Amino acid sequence: MNPGYELPRDEAAYSFGFLDEYAKKEVRRAILKAVAIPGYQTPYASREMPMGRGFGTGGLQLTLALVGPDDTLKVIDQGSDDSVNAINLRQFVQMTCPGVAVTERTEAATLIQSRHRIPERALTERQLLVLQVPYPDPLVVVEASEARRKTMHGEADYARLLVKLYEDIVRFDEITISHRYPTRVNGHYVIDPSPIPRWDVPRLHQSKALTLLGAGREKKIYAVPPYTRAEPLVFEDVPFRVEHFHDESGARRACQRCGATDSFLDEFIDPAGARVYQCSDSDYCEQRQEARA
Amino acid sequence: MSRILEVRGLTKVHGRGCPLCIEATGPDSDTNICPHCGSVVAAHDVSFDLHRGEILGIIGESGSGKSTVVKTLYFDDAPSAGEAILFDDAAQYELFALNAARQRWVRNHRFGMVYQNPHLGLNFNVTAGGNIAERLLMSDVNHYGAIRTRAKELLARTEVLEARMDESPRKFSGGMQQRVQIAKALATRPPLLLLDEVTTGLDLSVQAAILDLILEIQHELGTAMIVVTHDLGVIRLLAGRTLVMKYGRVIESGLTDQVLEDPQHAYTQRLVSSAL
Repeated sequence: MNPGYELPRDEAAYSFGFLDEYAKKEVRRAILKAVAIPGYQTPYASREMPMGRGFGTGGLQLTLALVGPDDTLKVIDQGSDDSVNAINLRQFVQMTCPGVAVTERTEAATLIQSRHRIPERALTERQLLVLQVPYPDPLVVVEASEARRKTMHGEADYARLLVKLYEDIVRFDEITISHRYPTRVNGHYVIDPSPIPRWDVPRLHQSKALTLLGAGREKKIYAVPPYTRAEPLVFEDVPFRVEHFHDESGARRACQRCGATDSFLDEFIDPAGARVYQCSDSDYCEQRQEARA
Repeated sequence: MSRILEVRGLTKVHGRGCPLCIEATGPDSDTNICPHCGSVVAAHDVSFDLHRGEILGIIGESGSGKSTVVKTLYFDDAPSAGEAILFDDAAQYELFALNAARQRWVRNHRFGMVYQNPHLGLNFNVTAGGNIAERLLMSDVNHYGAIRTRAKELLARTEVLEARMDESPRKFSGGMQQRVQIAKALATRPPLLLLDEVTTGLDLSVQAAILDLILEIQHELGTAMIVVTHDLGVIRLLAGRTLVMKYGRVIESGLTDQVLEDPQHAYTQRLVSSAL
């Protein structure tokens, strides 16, 4: 974001949180409906934001509609607080919501907006997780017509999605979906849980925190309410599997910075050309290092 | 014998329809396009009963409405009027009064359909096994091992090589595609099978093999079937009873032997005498 940029002079015209009150009210109404019908893709009038669609406008509108002056906000992009998307969104909220505190500590935040990861540390009942979603409908891979997809969702007709999993097992002996794993919420609607890795899918299940998912370009909001079932779509005899991070000898790889063996790891090539692994959740990694020091 | 299906007054009009449509169309008027409003009366007042394990043939020329009857029964098309009741063990379903979700349930669990064109009945983007899996998954079988076993069984039964189970039906011959369609239709052991011109366009030896297969299935499983065709040979071989349709009306019905040996309606007489 341009560091010299300021809001227009007549900034009184902007209400707290950039969006006008009517827009926030409409988003909140959509949130209530989404929570009341777990997993249902609630349509809403996604506003133009001062950034391109696809840069997290869906998540940002949720955050702006939810945030209050007494909130503490954490913004993550792929687990990191310091990547471009996270910093831009955080600065935008700081600029348009005076009084909102920001943090990098998961447990200190009351509102967490995230792109493609759920924090390693389990969330609590007083926390809210907002996920940015590029493609909200898991059925889009098997049915092109949105009208027909809506009927399929209504009737919980997900057989064709399972056929895709069947074909994967036939061809590769394994389901090959690495992220956006179709997940059934509260026994009915199947959602696209945004591009979180498989590792994070079990965290949605019976989560203590409310998870809200917002798709700005596709104009949909949906939710996994607290203490709600969120089950990945599987066959009875082929259990769901998360990423395993074992090396050739079968040992669990550890984070090279903090030594954690219980976190989702990113792979890097170090200057010497060797593969190294470190925690994707930077806050989790740093807290572990601080505790060790 | 117990009834499995009762169809009464089934009517399908394409277009807005007018009070004169019915009067002005049919075999006597020699058209099924209403001269007053231009609507097409695809089928009018089709009534029949089907018993358990019976094969009913519907014969007629192109555009006589025979496929329309089957399509409305399979919910591919909504009828304009009429009712159909499916008798299923203890339950009874008034087919056209069910909501969309229940219709889908009946279609997936109790009916099987084989289309003339395999492109309608099969998904060519998934394997032959995947096509059968789709049908099983729709009827709530959610066990990968069980699906594989059942698909293997069905393909073996319909004489498709097991080795080709994990190939796309796109690579199959026409006869094999038709056999995969039959396997898919049989996946849920439906009490009623709808066959729409299954052998049309196949060469004679393949036709014979498919017809044999259909008869064997009927003997083994006691599946009731409605066979739609314009081929007298198919009707003679398969069907116990036959309806003859023209311009959307049933003009003659009865035991197949009777209809073919002693046709009453002028059109049926012409049809039988013109058979090659």
